[in-house]
Formats: sequence, C-alpha cells, structure tokens
Amino acid sequence: MSTAISESLMQAKARPGRILTWAVLLIGGIIMITPILFMFGTSFKDAGQVYDMRLFPEYPTLDNYIQVLSDGRFLRWFANSMGIATTVTLSNVFFDSLVGYTLAKFDFRGRYLIFLAILSTLMIPTEMLVIPWYLMSSKLGWIDTYWGVMFPGMMTAFGTFLMKQFFETVPNDFLEAARIDGLNEFQIWWKIALPLVTPALSALAIFTFLGNWTAFFWPLIVTTSQEFYTLPVGLTSFAIEQSIQWEKIMTGAALATIPTLIVFLVLQRFIVRGIMLAGLKG
Amino acid sequence: MTSANTTQVQVAPQGGRSRKRLRMQTKRVLWAWGFLALPIVFYSWIRFYPTLDAFWLSFTDWDLLNEPNFIGLDNYRQLFNDPQFWQVFKNTFTYLLAGTPISLCFAFVIAYFLDRVRFMQGFIRALYFLPFLTTASAMAWVWRWFYQPVPIGIINGLLADFGISQQPFIRSVDQALPSVLLTAIWAGVGFQIVIFMAGLRAIPQTYYEAARIDGLGEWAILRKITLPLLKPTTVFLVVFSSIGFLRIFDQVYNITTNDPGGPLNSTKPLVLMIYQSAFSSYQMGYAAAQTVVLFTILLIVSLIQLWVMRKR
Repeated sequence: MSTAISESLMQAKARPGRILTWAVLLIGGIIMITPILFMFGTSFKDAGQVYDMRLFPEYPTLDNYIQVLSDGRFLRWFANSMGIATTVTLSNVFFDSLVGYTLAKFDFRGRYLIFLAILSTLMIPTEMLVIPWYLMSSKLGWIDTYWGVMFPGMMTAFGTFLMKQFFETVPNDFLEAARIDGLNEFQIWWKIALPLVTPALSALAIFTFLGNWTAFFWPLIVTTSQEFYTLPVGLTSFAIEQSIQWEKIMTGAALATIPTLIVFLVLQRFIVRGIMLAGLKG
Repeated sequence: MTSANTTQVQVAPQGGRSRKRLRMQTKRVLWAWGFLALPIVFYSWIRFYPTLDAFWLSFTDWDLLNEPNFIGLDNYRQLFNDPQFWQVFKNTFTYLLAGTPISLCFAFVIAYFLDRVRFMQGFIRALYFLPFLTTASAMAWVWRWFYQPVPIGIINGLLADFGISQQPFIRSVDQALPSVLLTAIWAGVGFQIVIFMAGLRAIPQTYYEAARIDGLGEWAILRKITLPLLKPTTVFLVVFSSIGFLRIFDQVYNITTNDPGGPLNSTKPLVLMIYQSAFSSYQMGYAAAQTVVLFTILLIVSLIQLWVMRKR
C-alpha cells in the first residue's frame, strides 16, 4: 500500500499533468455525489433551515427521522423490501445455479433447446408481461400479497446464463471423483460444484438483492394498499403526501438509500468485481 | 450396486461395464430432468405463456371488467392515429439518442483517465459509482427538489449567485426532458465507468509497450489500439444502455407525479404511457398493443446495433 502510494507520488512528481488529471477526476467525483450529500444534509434540517443553501445545517436535528420513523410505515416498508429482496435472492441463487449447473454439466437430449428457450426470455421486456401478470394475480388473489410482488422474479435467465458460464469452468474430474465416492447428483452439485463458483454466486446474490430492493415498476402495479408497498413505492406515496415538506421527503429518501449504502460500503470490492464479471460475461 | 450386477461384472466385465455405464447415464438424465422440472414450469407459466397472452390481448378490447373480444388490428390502428403516441415515441427516442452517446462518452473519458490514476483510484471510482446503487425513486425526488425555483431549488439558487436568470427546468416543455435525462445519466454512468475500466484493464500492456517503441503518440495509441480492442465492451454497453433508456420509467414517474409525463406530455416515455393506459384508464388491450410496440422497438434496436458493430 505505502509503496504504491510513494510510487504514484513519484510518478506525480515526474508528470505534473497527472496531478491535474487526478484533481479533475476527484472534483468530478465529488460533484457526482453532491445530490446524495444534499439529501443527507437536508434530512437533518428543520423546516426553517431548508431554504438555507448550506450543505449541512448549522443546527442539525434528528426530528425528521423521529417523526418519519414514528408513524411506523417506513419500518413496515423497510421490512417488506428486506423480506421480499431476501426471499427472491435466495430463490435465484438456488434455482439459477441449479439450472445453470444442469445445462453446463449434464448431457441429455434437449439440453441446448432448453438453454435457448431460457435465454430467449431475455428479449422479452418486463413491461410486456406486466399486463398478463396483473391478470394472473387478480384471478389468483395475489394482488396485495408478498407472493404477488415476488413471483415474477423467482428465477432469471440472466442469472442462469451467468451461472452456466461459471459452472463450465469447473473441471469434470472433481465431479467424477465425487460420483465414485458415492455422492448423488444433488449432493455433487451442492457440496462439490457450488463451493467452486462462490464468486459468481455472490455476484448474483448481490445483484439480485439490489435489483429487487430498488425495483419500482411491478411493485407499484401489484400493490394497492400501503401495508404491502415496498420501500421505493412507499417512498413515492409518502413524498406525494408531504407535498412541499422537502426536509421530510429527503429524510424518506435517505432512509431508502441508507441500506444500499451500507451494502456498498461492506461489499464494495465484491460489487465492483461482480459487475466486471457479469458485465463481461453477460 | 446390486449383487446381480456384481455377478455380471465378474462373468462378463466388458458387457457389464457398458450396461452399467448405460444405466448411470439414464440415471443422470433423470436427475437432470428432475432438476429442471420446477424451472420448466416456471418459465412456461410465468414467462412464455404471458408473452403469448400479451400478443393475444393486443388484439382485444379488454377493459378488465368485460370479457375480452377479438378486434383485430384496431388497437394498433388507434395507436398509430393517436397524436400522444407520436409525442411519446419522439420522447422515447430522444432519451435513447441523447442519453446513450452522452453517457457513454462521459463514462469512457472518466474510465480512460481513472485507469491511469493510481492514487486513491478505488475511492474516486466509488464516488462515480455510488449514484448507480441508489434507489431511482428516492434520487428522482432529490433531483426534483434541486430543480425547484428559488428559494427552494439548489440549482436555481446557484444560478442566482452567479447572476444567471432563473430556469424553469421541470416546469418547462423544453427543459423538462433534458432535466429528467440528466438524472438518468447521472444514475447510470457509474456502471458504465466500471465496465469500461474492466475492458481497459483486459488489454495486454505489451501492446502499448510495442506501440510506444514504434513511436506512436498517445492519441494514435487510443485510436489504433485502445478503441478497437475495446469494441466488445463498447457493444455490450451500447446495447445495455440503449435498452435502459428505451425503458425509462422510475425517474419520469417520480419527477412528474403531479402530472405524470408532463408538462404537456413533454417527458412521457412509452413505458409510462403503457402504465397509464393499463392501470389508470384500464384499457388493457390498448396497453398490450403498446407493449408489443415496445418489444418490437427493443428488438430492432438491439439487432441493428449488433449488426452495425459486427460489420466494422
């Protein structure tokens, strides 16, 4: 670390242009996160200070958070989003990897056809499916249920494709050895193959979680009562209700953003590597 | 496995082994179909059937209350004669044709220079990347606040400090769409930077060294080595972000909730029109026809881009 820094400092000395580049990039980056900083800054202002253009208030207060959280809806939406995103993630990690493994490592008639069929669903935009899904949900009583929000995303073609790519790199010898040891096919997948693709699996888990945490279109359609809103949908209805109380709206927005920021700070390295993996493979 | 099997192997090792292998093979095929059973049900029922259903509904007058009647191409005729549709069509393509090149150029320039910076590279990258992880609906409200007139809005407040006249932003027919687009670009560019940086890192250093020995300047290296070798990354990003801009919804819906897609439909994209036709006016058949149009546009745009990129 320290050698890297001193090395780059030497480089910087050698070329003053590099310092300028670095400074411009840093300033650009700070401008990029300005909206996020203002959101947090304003969430600590009371109604009287909102029009003060200072980034952070002179007299910070937690009143907005206390008021917004005390009406209980945010906690409910938070719990809804957490439960939904977690369940969908587990389902995707399980099924996408199982299907990806089967398509990568089993030899049977129709394998390629199934792979193509699953891949072809990537071309169908969700927007085209929401009307039939809505019809299906209303017939089966899934409107305003957690299952209604979750069912379309329980497996994804993208995840299956990603996992298939990675399972193809697992050597067959490992699987053969396990077969000779008398493990059944499910055990071979679960105990031998799955641990070998942990990086891809964690990338898939992170993306699925973040994607479902921030999902807006389908939850907006399939939920009609506030109890079943997810956080993004709840935030929208909350913001409309608050009309011009920007400090309250910013508090709500901050509450919806904090969990993704925590996930990012904890898993930054995995997220960036995962995006690189998924982006280049997908 | 069974004792009979063992005897067979002892008697005729050759034939027995192949029969055993055959049975193993059948067993594995059964396992495979067992693993695929539930996913096949899922994909047929939640993906394929609804796809066909959407096509079918687009030929009906279904309004959620009465039984759907087949009305042929009437929905499409109505759509193509609807002036709002052409406004929406224009808006959707403005998002695409302005958003994709602007965000990709910006992302490339940042990635290109950030790739050479060593000191605090991860930290600076994180600054650009953070907006990508935020919830679009939350950030749309932050930007909506920014775009307010003085004394509320930050941007107008800043402009006032510099003595520049007030801008209406999301209240103006001309400025609303660019304002929304800026939000979408801001949110997506971090992802593109990360992918471009991965692409740049994948180019072998030896190519650059060889080029420098040959006396090529930085600009020539960029044009003759970096950009051509970066083509797969660029193709991926162009297709990926085009699809994103064609499907824009969250930002528009949240920035203009009091008049969704307004003012005067100037920001309304196709997905918002679909949402309103289906879930505000309950014209399900009409909305289904719009989804088929969206699907066709997405398909054509991706095919054209893949074809153009492959030819070069």
